[in-house]
Amino acid sequence: MADTPKNPERHHTFLPKDKKSSKDFHSTPNLDELEKGPWPSFVTGLKRLAMEEKFGNMVVDLLGQLEHSYNTRLGYWKGGTVSVFGYGGGIIPRFTELMGPDHKPLFPECKEFHTIRVQPPAGNHYTTGMLRQLSESWSKWGSGLVAFHGQTGNIMFIGTDTENTQHFFDDINAYGWDLGGAGPCVRTGMSCIGAARCEQSCANEMKIHRLLVNNFIDDMHRPALPYKFKFKVSGCPNDCMNSIQRADMAIIGTWRDDMKVNQEEVKSFVADKGRKYVIDNVITRCPTNALSLGDDDTLSVDNRNCVRCMHCINVMTKALSVGDDKGVTILIGGKRTLKIGDLMGTVLVPFMKLETEEDYEKLTELAEEIIDFWAENGLEHERCGEMIDRIGLVNFLEGIGVDVDPNMIASARQSSYVRMDTWEEEADKWNQRKAG
Amino acid sequence: MSDTPRFPIESGCPDGFQYLHPSMKKNFGAWAYHERPRPGVLRHVAKSGDEIWSVRLGTQRQLGPYEINLLCDIADKFGDGYIHFTIRSNMEICVSDPAKVEPLIAAIEEAGYPVGGTGPSVTMISHTQGWLHCDIPGTDASGVVKALMDELYEDFVTEKMPNRVHITTSCCQINCGGQGDIAINIQHTKPPKINHDLVANACERPSVVARCPVAAIRPAMVNGKPSLEVDEKKCICCGACFPPCPPMQINDSEFTKLAIWVGGKHSNARSKPMFHKLVAAGVPNNPPRWPEAAAIVKTILEAYRKDALDWERTGDWVERIGWPRFFELTELPFTKFHVDNWKGARHSLNASAHIRF
Ligand code: HEM
Ligand code: SF4
Ligand code: SF4
Ligand code: SF4
Ligand code: SF4
Repeated sequence: MADTPKNPERHHTFLPKDKKSSKDFHSTPNLDELEKGPWPSFVTGLKRLAMEEKFGNMVVDLLGQLEHSYNTRLGYWKGGTVSVFGYGGGIIPRFTELMGPDHKPLFPECKEFHTIRVQPPAGNHYTTGMLRQLSESWSKWGSGLVAFHGQTGNIMFIGTDTENTQHFFDDINAYGWDLGGAGPCVRTGMSCIGAARCEQSCANEMKIHRLLVNNFIDDMHRPALPYKFKFKVSGCPNDCMNSIQRADMAIIGTWRDDMKVNQEEVKSFVADKGRKYVIDNVITRCPTNALSLGDDDTLSVDNRNCVRCMHCINVMTKALSVGDDKGVTILIGGKRTLKIGDLMGTVLVPFMKLETEEDYEKLTELAEEIIDFWAENGLEHERCGEMIDRIGLVNFLEGIGVDVDPNMIASARQSSYVRMDTWEEEADKWNQRKAG
Repeated sequence: MSDTPRFPIESGCPDGFQYLHPSMKKNFGAWAYHERPRPGVLRHVAKSGDEIWSVRLGTQRQLGPYEINLLCDIADKFGDGYIHFTIRSNMEICVSDPAKVEPLIAAIEEAGYPVGGTGPSVTMISHTQGWLHCDIPGTDASGVVKALMDELYEDFVTEKMPNRVHITTSCCQINCGGQGDIAINIQHTKPPKINHDLVANACERPSVVARCPVAAIRPAMVNGKPSLEVDEKKCICCGACFPPCPPMQINDSEFTKLAIWVGGKHSNARSKPMFHKLVAAGVPNNPPRWPEAAAIVKTILEAYRKDALDWERTGDWVERIGWPRFFELTELPFTKFHVDNWKGARHSLNASAHIRF
């Protein structure tokens, strides 16, 4: 470890004096523009890599191809198939499409430039030792360039050829890392920092994350599902992991009992910020008008109407906190645009207690039911949410054995064009369930 | 035998618990509250009275050994040797001794990395792969983000926005980038051009036909060879056919444009989660610095900063003031393309006499 950071110069403009790679830099006037300005530049980073002995030439040509893209406004990578021994997915193969008149690659050193997706630890926690170890392995077997992290959550090791893919994987797999998913499979999961550092957490995010993903590890490494399936875990409705819009199955922590109010802290917050601030920023912002400020500067909460949106707790972090009866809300079917447009996850289980091992087992069983049903009924390339859109939520619920619940809807049916001959039976079911 | 392939150890997702800062380990699930003493710094206090200070810095997401070692050296020397990454590629270095915070910040800034991205700031833009690595991108991602973060640097290192601003970019219409308070996404404006010579070899024809959301693709015989044809009147230029059929070239140096969307949020705070909505299109895809897109983003941010109330996200703000006022404040043109005409469009029309003058 050096005493001072290695470069007293401004690091993001620093290039070493001696270039160890043998190939000359291509002219990159467009990319050079991206070295200006205060934000750290990935281009300078690429140039530093291009000066390395090993893989430097590969990055020299990568810069050449990228500059070509900047000139022509087109991309030049195509996919293929590369995987490591024993697995079917996890590598994103890339081959250059940019050929000269002789049909040979214009940038031959990066004609193969694969990415390896690796699952980060739950919650994205690292020690410097682990980061350095990963970085060393990648400098040995690949370009050295790592993205922390891809939008699905993987650590993405960008740029190596087919042969070194296996070497790199063997290296890191031996010291504890495993590939993520690519293709029609269960994908790498994500979880917020939650209980590790956040007072708003209502769940053990890391445990849920690992439980779900690792339970489907075979479905991750050997892609055989209709399409991708993502789990994401957030410890509270702030949903820092964006599970509701990006996870097929979103697990969001919440609580059932009353939120906790420390009236002394409320008073000092009001004293500090003033009544107007509190009324304008807390009381009137509650989406369900569940808050009221007393004449004596105490706060009362109509807990039956609180929808646990987190707003007031976010503002008054010392005075308000989540309740004690914690658990999770589970939503299903979130995804991005392709093919029927963005879908928001919708409520599947309004509240699930996660305390005992049996509780956690129930969660895994639910995920298994969902994935099994979707694997059987989803069309090729159809996300779980799209299947639900096609067959209707009720058919899906019946398929996985979950009862309807009024928390699943924003409003009851508005269209009368429906057959209801089994109304009595359905009403009986509800009454029986209510009777327990 | 030494060259027998080695079977993988299917260990899955590593347990993060073992890599937690000792204070996080000790106070797991027992935190009391947090504060933001200054932009880029969080102070969490546990029920036990312990505290942890997190210093957040923006990164270029793509890191090499130089950057990793540099940042790890700082974390070892001035921090406690632990690193946490946020979902938006910010790095957090955590310490339990408040006296270490200032030297840590100084070392990070000295190394050329911005400290910020907390609270009501414009945090790092979440982005995708682009020309650097993906096989279908219409633009770059790292480049757009670098160019924009240069422009928004001040808004990263200060907390002067009404609430947090999450910006996302996507380099094709699949939109890996996700929903954002402001999203800068590719929008193709012309149907794919088919290279019929290549279709027979390179294309999974049934899956392309199935992929088209508006059933615009039909199998066809062209010059005696099986190929495809596109009903150009139906085609919405989504590009979904391009990944399974690369000869259906959708990317175009001129007609692949950018569109800008506003008001997406995933948090449940106050309003329910929302999707972002179109505000501007036809924005030139103009590397290396995308000035037209940057100008629109800055206009929107400025209007939001001036007009929104504290704690309002862009979506909350627009819902309160209404879309007519949004277009008035930002001076962006309102066109027929802002009126949704997809399935369920009625939900986005104004079925009331609620009008502001
Ligand atoms: C054609 C169908 C594809 C669809 C519908 C699609 C969609 C998506 C979506 C929605 C995400 C983000 C999901 C999330 O936020 O969790 C994502 C992530 C990503 N996509 Fe795609 N994508 C497609 C193809 C590709 C291709 C061909 C590439 C080529 C490289 C690609 C590269 C990526 C990468 C690198 C990520 C981030 C991955 C990670 O974090 O591990 N995608 N994709
Ligand atoms: S989702 Fe909630 S629990 Fe998780 S980090 Fe965000 S605020 Fe904390
Ligand atoms: S959490 Fe949200 S809904 Fe509940 S009282 Fe607070 S502001 Fe209202
Ligand atoms: S948004 Fe599209 S082009 Fe960009 S990385 Fe994702 S799939 Fe590739
Ligand atoms: S671009 Fe989209 S709408 Fe047009 S043919 Fe391709 S898949 Fe169909």
